[in-house]
Amino acid sequence: MALLDVRNVTLHFRGLTALADVRFSVEQGSIHAIIGPNGAGKTSMLNCVSGVYRPQRGEILFDGRDLTRVAPSARTRLGVARTFQNIALFKGMTVLDNLLIGRHVHQRTDVLMGGLYWGPGQREEITERRRVEEVIDFLEIQHVRHKVVGTLAYGLQKRVELARALALEPRLLLLDEPMAGMNAEEKEDMARFILDVNEEHGTTVLMIEHDMGVVMDLSHRITVLNFGERIADGTPEEVRAEPAVQAAYLGEPTTAYWGRGT
Amino acid sequence: MSGLEVLRGDDTFPKLLVRNALRHPARTALREKELGIWQSCTWQAYLDAVRELALGLRELGLARGDKLAIVGGNRPEWVISELAAQAMGAASVGVYQDSTLNEVAYVIDHCDAGIVVAEDQEQVDKILDMMDRLPKVRHVIYTDARGLRGYRHPALLSFEAVRERGRAVLGRHPGLFDEEVAKGRADDLAIISYTSGTTGFPKGAMLSFRNLLSMALALHEVDPKRESDEFVSFLPLAWIGEQMMCLSSALALGFTVNFPEEPETVMENVREIGPHVMFAPPRVWEGMVSSVQVRIMDTTPFKRFMYERLMPVGQRVADLRFQRKAVPLLWRVLYALAHLLLFRALKDRLGLSRLRTASTGGAALGPDVFRFFHAVGVPLKQIYGQTEIAGISCIHRESDIRFHTVGQPIPGTELQITAAGEILSRSPSVFLGYYKNDAATAEAVKDGWLHSGDAGHMDDGHLVVIDRLKDVMRLGDGTRYSPQFIENRLKFSPYVKEAVVVGQDRPYLGALLCIDMGIVGKWAEKQKIGYTTYADLSSRTEVYDLVEREVAAVNETLPQAARIQKFVLLYKELDADDDELTRTRKVRRAVVEQRYGDVIGAVYGDAEAVDIDATIKFQDGKTARVQARLPVRRLGPVTTPRKVA
Repeated sequence: MALLDVRNVTLHFRGLTALADVRFSVEQGSIHAIIGPNGAGKTSMLNCVSGVYRPQRGEILFDGRDLTRVAPSARTRLGVARTFQNIALFKGMTVLDNLLIGRHVHQRTDVLMGGLYWGPGQREEITERRRVEEVIDFLEIQHVRHKVVGTLAYGLQKRVELARALALEPRLLLLDEPMAGMNAEEKEDMARFILDVNEEHGTTVLMIEHDMGVVMDLSHRITVLNFGERIADGTPEEVRAEPAVQAAYLGEPTTAYWGRGT
Repeated sequence: MSGLEVLRGDDTFPKLLVRNALRHPARTALREKELGIWQSCTWQAYLDAVRELALGLRELGLARGDKLAIVGGNRPEWVISELAAQAMGAASVGVYQDSTLNEVAYVIDHCDAGIVVAEDQEQVDKILDMMDRLPKVRHVIYTDARGLRGYRHPALLSFEAVRERGRAVLGRHPGLFDEEVAKGRADDLAIISYTSGTTGFPKGAMLSFRNLLSMALALHEVDPKRESDEFVSFLPLAWIGEQMMCLSSALALGFTVNFPEEPETVMENVREIGPHVMFAPPRVWEGMVSSVQVRIMDTTPFKRFMYERLMPVGQRVADLRFQRKAVPLLWRVLYALAHLLLFRALKDRLGLSRLRTASTGGAALGPDVFRFFHAVGVPLKQIYGQTEIAGISCIHRESDIRFHTVGQPIPGTELQITAAGEILSRSPSVFLGYYKNDAATAEAVKDGWLHSGDAGHMDDGHLVVIDRLKDVMRLGDGTRYSPQFIENRLKFSPYVKEAVVVGQDRPYLGALLCIDMGIVGKWAEKQKIGYTTYADLSSRTEVYDLVEREVAAVNETLPQAARIQKFVLLYKELDADDDELTRTRKVRRAVVEQRYGDVIGAVYGDAEAVDIDATIKFQDGKTARVQARLPVRRLGPVTTPRKVA
């Protein structure tokens, strides 16, 4: 069954068409990648799912329910979490505090109860901390638990951002270029974590990624966009063999790259 | 012949575990940090876990005389597995978890283990990958299920599943565990400890409970531990030193063993626990000192000022104590002041506030590092011993510490120096022999004396270790020198991470050095010297000048004929993954001399520099080509020692 069903989504910015009649569906429990050259509309697509943009036409069904009229915060409560291309964490706060904020939507007690740290407020704090610690353990960031995010290396910040998204306990995890700017070792770790999140928690992953090696290795299914249009959709093998994809990536003069290690 | 009487018949590890659980069922035996919280495990819970696992292993076919191999990090499951195997009359074999695939396969196959306990996916992958080379392995037990959900290998099962089987057996035969434990004898084989030799495949040293326990008790006599003590286990449990602390000593003396959250959090966790007892190889102590030095470089001028004024006070007092001289009143007052203002805080930062007994062993520790710890009030002692003598034969006594020696023999240990200068030792801890290698055993033990292969001499009742006997070398003109001795001197410099001294059958000594990226990098930043990579930093003239001063200082302490005349800074650090070092970070001389043949050639040539075209292998299997020009630095015939910054 499809967890996410994107139906004929069209998004304009005045005269510019960012997405034209895009449709694809993300299966429950799969890792699904969106790829495409720069400006193809990948991040716009992700923004439509997470609620930053509202498409002019089309529907986005999450677990059978249309999301297009639902506020971004409400989508989070439904189980959609995301990371950003440029890290969006509270840089002046510790890793732990950032993750606890990630749990905010699940917290029931009010400011007063939490502030007094008594009764339900205290119990909730303890449960929430345990959830967060599980995420910390999962992503192996114990050693930076009490560090201020802004002082961490970039690769580690990316991992903390993933942790913050995981703290929401999402059913659908949206990752916008999780590997961007990372070195080989950090990429390998991140790939491992994405696989583990998918396999251990059964979380469905929808990601945008430029590293073709990673995309081909991790994804169960790939959707290719070019100038806002869907030009291919299928398994990594099918997509790789698709002439339209090769043309979009390679163009007439050979300027872009395709495949691993080239 | 041994001092096991004090144990009153509880002369094996499992018997001691049962004894401790009877005596103090609710006292904490083990602690592990999980999900950010220290989780305690009482002696009773410890025994229960061992009992269930032991019976489960028995169901899987583990019999008396079998071996159980264990691969993994420092976790309670490691020691529980070892004790479970021993309770059923089997021996445990620890495998270093960072070993290469070949080494892991060799050890597991050589020790004839039928069951392997592997911590996590990483270790399980290693073993499953090599199953065709491990025909004797029937079961692989994992303790951490993460990432293993999709695995469907017939040999694979979880730690919990084995305990579950054990619980079922317990219901049918409640007395079986105790019967099996009672069958254990002090002279039974307890562990096989594979020593990573500097040459060839590792050899498996067989140690009995008597060996291990008599060493723990003898050490306790001169370096007492209390039941209320805390110990943090962060060194490989396959290593004899960690076996000595976490098993022999902890079981015999009843102190608490703590397991850190992750390898990255060790120092933080040490600080949280504040251990009373610590045993670590030099690199750990050196690491602490260099972390302090780096932070002092970064701190406020006021703090740096205080540090620079107060450290000499501590050092002065430490020196007086080393010379066994009385400390004048004035210095005592100054020391008390320095303690209040600096040392107390410093020790707290390092987690050493409660440390009562601290020791270092496995390699030489620099005098500066030694002095540092004594200056701040940590009574660090040197230990000497081999795996073949259950870890320890000599240790410094509290009141008699000299840093050029390794101390005096522990009670029950005799020492002897042969005419050739080799150190021999005899004690109840001398091992049973190498597993399936009688030739090597016959070479190591003659008439009960363990031949260490180390060259040394006695100095006023203290043992002084020079080097491996076979490593004492000769220059072309016959001058004898000990490369390791000189290398250690060089490594005492904070800027030098690794050193290899060459000169066998050559006219003079040369050195290949690796800089310490952290410290030299920091230094370069201070000096406003730009650099990109390790290779780039290494080849800087300023860095060469810096290291030259260090080498010159070492040369001052060496005889004229055996001084270093030329050195080169290598473009990469020596690495165990490239076979250049052993897992315990000893240099594999033959490999280094072969791999850096060109560089050594240049050291003995007239060239000012040598061109390098090498391929570096990264951890992820990728390779990169390095092309660089390494300058060869010649030290002037007359070297005036300059003040080192």
